[in-house]
Amino acid sequence: MKNNLGRNIPEGKRVFISSKEYLHHERHLIPSKIKSEKVRFFASLEEAFLDCKIQSGMTLSFHHHLRSGDFVINQICNLLEQYKIQGISLAPSSIFPEYNIASLINSGSINNIHTSYLNGPASEAIAKGLLKGNLIMQTHGGRARAIESGELKIDVAFLACPTVDHMGNGSGAYGKSACGALGYGMSDLMYAKKVILVTDNLVDKLDSYQFDHGYVDGVVKVDSIGDPSGIVSGTTRITKDPVGLKIASDSAKLIEELGLLKNGMSMQTGAGGISLAVADAVKKAMIRKNIKGDFASGGITGYHVDMLKHNLFAKLYDVQCFDLLAVESFRNNKNHVGISASRYANPYEKDPIVDKLDVVILGATEIDTSFNVNVTTDSFGKIIGGSGGHADTANGAFVTIITSALSKARIPIIKNAVTTITTPGEDIDVLVTERGIAINPKRTDLLDLLVNSKLTILKIDQLLELSHKICGVPKTPENTDKVIGYVEYRDGSIIDSLYQSR
Amino acid sequence: MFRSLLFVPGNNPSMLQNADVFGADSVIFDLEDSVHVFEKDNARNLVRNYLDRYPALPTRILIRINASDSPFFEADILAIVSDRIDSIVLPKADIHAVKLLSEKLRELEKSKKLKKKISIIPIIEKATSVLEAQEISAFERVGGLLFGAEDYCSEMGIKRTDSGLELIYPRSHIAICCKAANIDAFDTPFVDVTDEEGLERDCITAFNLGFNGKAAIHPRQVQIINQQFSPSKEQIVWALKVLEAKKEADIKGLGVFSLDGKMIDKPIIERALKIRAMAERFILLEKTDEE
Repeated sequence: MKNNLGRNIPEGKRVFISSKEYLHHERHLIPSKIKSEKVRFFASLEEAFLDCKIQSGMTLSFHHHLRSGDFVINQICNLLEQYKIQGISLAPSSIFPEYNIASLINSGSINNIHTSYLNGPASEAIAKGLLKGNLIMQTHGGRARAIESGELKIDVAFLACPTVDHMGNGSGAYGKSACGALGYGMSDLMYAKKVILVTDNLVDKLDSYQFDHGYVDGVVKVDSIGDPSGIVSGTTRITKDPVGLKIASDSAKLIEELGLLKNGMSMQTGAGGISLAVADAVKKAMIRKNIKGDFASGGITGYHVDMLKHNLFAKLYDVQCFDLLAVESFRNNKNHVGISASRYANPYEKDPIVDKLDVVILGATEIDTSFNVNVTTDSFGKIIGGSGGHADTANGAFVTIITSALSKARIPIIKNAVTTITTPGEDIDVLVTERGIAINPKRTDLLDLLVNSKLTILKIDQLLELSHKICGVPKTPENTDKVIGYVEYRDGSIIDSLYQSR
Repeated sequence: MFRSLLFVPGNNPSMLQNADVFGADSVIFDLEDSVHVFEKDNARNLVRNYLDRYPALPTRILIRINASDSPFFEADILAIVSDRIDSIVLPKADIHAVKLLSEKLRELEKSKKLKKKISIIPIIEKATSVLEAQEISAFERVGGLLFGAEDYCSEMGIKRTDSGLELIYPRSHIAICCKAANIDAFDTPFVDVTDEEGLERDCITAFNLGFNGKAAIHPRQVQIINQQFSPSKEQIVWALKVLEAKKEADIKGLGVFSLDGKMIDKPIIERALKIRAMAERFILLEKTDEE
């Protein structure tokens, strides 16, 4: 069976139709938890783990706000190993290389995985076909939708929480392991059958918090929930690569030429070097033209905080803090607002933040001549990432701009067809490379605005041809036809399948 | 007439392959100071192969070879002279070196049956060459002079300052020699690649002294240099207005006329013509029309 983008989807799966298909469906909500018992405080993570009576077939979830420094998921994985529990579905919002789950995949302890981002040894194990069940790659908004609708039923959510009070309320803003916003854990908190907060900082009372004790079943205090150096990077930096700077400079000019640089504007960029360079170039243009924006959103860095401080934006909507400056701002600035993944990007949320975006700057591992984007696998089919908020913001924003060098490691990023579709081409409006800008021909409104542009505007086929002239035409690696998982679009339909590596 | 000359080390493949994307009016592939002595042959081979095979070359290509008194001079010229290059940038130039290079080029152009004549851009970076600048600039194959402040200051035993006061004489002298010979005058690079405001100020100083372009040692400097050595929007509007008024004055048979209360005569018309020519050359006219 093929979906509307021509990708093979196994029978019985819900096929992707279009990025607007969700508009024809109603929101499904399971009842959020009503809890009668008081919050229990456990002496150890093992005690909490045993109390949850974890057994085969259960789904355990985690958020990824502690990023590379997370000790909680690793400790739970150690307990799964210690108690020889098999057949668990794991649903962390992201999986980093530091998470020790590859051995549990090998042993069959973990046999299904739902996540929005995956990299490292676990992805290698899955690529070899070692996961007995399936890997489901979701978007951030899609994960929130799946949890609230009961499609992704969570039995126990182990939620790392930098500070918890004696009521069981939790905050990411305080404590030695402070990570700022806790947006990716909110759906787990509200809809998991059982919620255990794991903290290394227990206080009497929190005046402000993101995790409400009304959803919390248990709290465990441990020595450390994570390595602060891995939780947030000390600083995030603008690229120094001249090609990246050129792409960023052209992106900022494009934003201006498209009339998006205006009072009340809203913008999202990632925390990558080029994205930050775009943010920096836009910041300079906003100062030059005395523009006051409405909000910036998504993963927040010191650069975004700086723009808030200079009143270039009235608010930051923060689903995740990327650096220490962002954490500090989240703690102290009332206009730096923490939001849940659902409020951020759930298609069924009323007015999700992504729908209010004027422009979003995103990356791509591959993009094809239909503007479909892959950020899930490399050109060999190996899983190296995932949508995160890519497909969500691309769908919501008025203009979605992909920034990328024309080739990476001598491999052209433009393909006739991407290896894996993460985000459908109908939601991608612009590709900015160092050698030219391609506009999705469906966006005739944008093309009209650029008729007299001095920027190099080319067709995406011309950029493909140019990259082939420079790099040669790459061979297409072939994977096996054994499906190891799916890329789930934000509405729950399957946009592509993932295959075992050869 | 070009504004920016971007230096690209000749032994860096990733920089070579992107040399054309930064908007520089010309690119100088460097075989000299940015290439370690052990890498000279590598850089020479890489640049030659790049020029022979790469499908996306910059529009104007210059090569900085090693100085005439270095052991690499002859091999550099032999390797890189071809129809693909426009100029050779000659370091530590003096009149003898310029003549020697010119003779070598004449022979090679003949033996390689080149279709074009390769010009020489001498770098004026020695005290003697500052004094010889007039003679060098008048040499027929010389297309422009590039001031090299770092070596000049070393020889003079002076430090470069933010104000650039210590460079007023050589800069002025070089710019005047170039104008007299009707060739390009290129200013020395600004070495702090992170200081954009400093670069802007340095460009303005050089422009006001008579330079029409400046070397860049990092791609991020190119845009600022291009901007500072281009006529401003206001200048272009003014020039077009003057030339439009001249048309009417010509019909009326007036040699001198008034515009917005100011007298317009021949020197002002020539300035307006120069500005329009630059605006056309650097594709700046449409922008003014739009705005």
